[in-house]
Amino acid sequence: MKTITEQKSLEEIKEFLAEDEKIYIIGCGTCATMCHTGGKEEVLEMKELLQNAGKEVVGWMVIPTACDSLTGDALKENAEVVQKADAILVMACAFGIQTVASFAEIWSLPIYPALNTLFIGKETGEFGVFSEVCQQCGECILAWTGGICPVTSCAKGLLNGPCGGTNNGKCEEDPDKDCAWTLIYQRLEKLGRLDAMRKYYPPRNHQKVQRPGKVLVEIERSQE
Amino acid sequence: MAKSLRETLHSGKFVVTAEIGPPKGTNLENTIHHIDLLRDKVDALNVTDNQSSMMRYPSVGTALLIKERGGEPVLQMTCRDRNRMALESDLLFAYTRGIRNVLCLTGDSVRVGDHKEAKGVFDLDSVQLIKMVRLMESGKDLGGNELDGAVEFCAGAIVTPEANPIEPQLMKFEKKIAVGAEFFQTQAIYDLDKFKKFMEYARQFDVKILAGIVLLVSARMAKYMNANVPGISVSEELIDEMAGVPKGKGNALRKGIEIAGRMIEELKTNAVCDGVHIMAIGKEELVPDILSAAGISTE
Repeated sequence: MKTITEQKSLEEIKEFLAEDEKIYIIGCGTCATMCHTGGKEEVLEMKELLQNAGKEVVGWMVIPTACDSLTGDALKENAEVVQKADAILVMACAFGIQTVASFAEIWSLPIYPALNTLFIGKETGEFGVFSEVCQQCGECILAWTGGICPVTSCAKGLLNGPCGGTNNGKCEEDPDKDCAWTLIYQRLEKLGRLDAMRKYYPPRNHQKVQRPGKVLVEIERSQE
Repeated sequence: MAKSLRETLHSGKFVVTAEIGPPKGTNLENTIHHIDLLRDKVDALNVTDNQSSMMRYPSVGTALLIKERGGEPVLQMTCRDRNRMALESDLLFAYTRGIRNVLCLTGDSVRVGDHKEAKGVFDLDSVQLIKMVRLMESGKDLGGNELDGAVEFCAGAIVTPEANPIEPQLMKFEKKIAVGAEFFQTQAIYDLDKFKKFMEYARQFDVKILAGIVLLVSARMAKYMNANVPGISVSEELIDEMAGVPKGKGNALRKGIEIAGRMIEELKTNAVCDGVHIMAIGKEELVPDILSAAGISTE
C-alpha cells in the first residue's frame, strides 16, 4: 500500500514561495521515493530548480518515512539549519506534509506542499502498477461483490449493477478502464455466486464514517 | 387533455413517445415549437435531464411547459446531479404541478459532458431511485420521515438490449422491475431479430417495453455510434443502405426516416413490443414524417 503522489508544477511552487528567500526541502524515503516525486534524486533536482529561480536552499533531508513520529526527531536534530529557512517545502504526500507541519509549528515556519496526493494505491497485477481499491466508506460490501469494490472501481460508485454506459466490458469514462460491474459479474460467475448480483443494495449511509475520521486504538487489548 | 401515460400503456394501443431536449439557455422558442408540433401526435413527450452531461434548461421546467401546453410529459431524472434530498424535493414539486410520469436513470458520467470538472453525485443509483419513488408514494421519505401529502408516479426505467455482456444488464433490468418499474425505454435498437429475442425474455415480466428509435441521418453517424455509443450496433446492411443513397440534399435523411418508419411498422404490425420511444436528437421536426413512414396516423 503506497500513497500515490505527483509533483506540482514549478510555476505553482514558485507562486506560493514568492515571498520566501530561504528554503529548506524535505523529501520522503518511502512512498514519494517510490513514486519518483520526493526521493533524494527529486529533492536534489528541486534544489537546483529553486536555486535557478533565485532562491537560497539552506538545506535538505530525506526522512525515511515522513508520516511517522520520528519526523519530529529528524527536525529537532536539524533544528539549527531548518530555522535559518523562511519556509519548508515538503516533497512528501499529504500525510508527510501534515506531520512536518505539526512538528515545525514551534518555529512558526510556513510549510508548503511540492506534491499533490492522488490516492492510496495497492500494487495490482503488473509490477509497478498501483490502483486505488478502497475509499474507506465504512460499509464494506466486498462479501457480495466477489472481493471487487464497486464504490471505488465503478466510476459512478454504483451498488446495484452496471450503468448503460458500459461497453464491451469497458467504462464509459475511459475505454482503457475496465467496467467494475463486468469484472464483478465475471468473478461471481466463476464463484457460482451470481445470486449476489440479484440482491438489492440500499443507498449508502454517508454518516457511517464521520469525516474527518478519528478513532482511539487501544495498544493493549483489554483482557476479559 | 392528454390521456395519462399509464392509461395509454394499458389501453392495448401501440404507444408512441418522443424525446424533447431542453435548450442550452433561456430561449425556449424552439422547444415550445417542438412541444406544440408533437404534443397531439404522440402519447407522451419525454424530457431529457442534462442529457450527455451537458448543462441545459431543467427537465422539470420543460416537463411543466409540456403540461401547460396540454401535452403528457415524462420527467427524466438522473442520479448524476442531485443527491437524494434534491431528487425527493424535485419529485414533490413535479407532482404538485401535475407531472405524473418519471423515468429513472443513472445518468451519463460528467467526464463525457461539458462540465468535465464537476462532481458526479450518484448518491443513489437508478434502482434505488425507482424504489425511492415507490417509498414516497407510501407517504415516507428516504430519511424515514412522514410526508404531508404523498406523490404518485408512473415510473419507468431504461434497458439496453444489445449491451455486451448482456447478462449483468438483464440482472439490473430485473432488479428495476422488482423495485417497481412499470415501463422501460430501450437504448436505440437497429437489429430487430436481436430485439425480438430480448422481447421473448422480457415478456415474462409484467412491464411495458418501448423500443428506442434513433433516426439515422447518415452512414457516418451510424459508424460513429457503433464505435462510440455503448449498446448500439447498426448492422452493415443498414450502413450500406444509408451509404447507397444518391448524393443530394436530404436524400440520406429521407432514407433514415424510411428506415425508422419501417422498423416501427414492423414492431407494431408484429406486436413485438408495446410501443416506441423516438429520439430524433435535434431533428424533432421530422418525428411526424417518421410516424407517417411507419403508417401511424398523427391525426
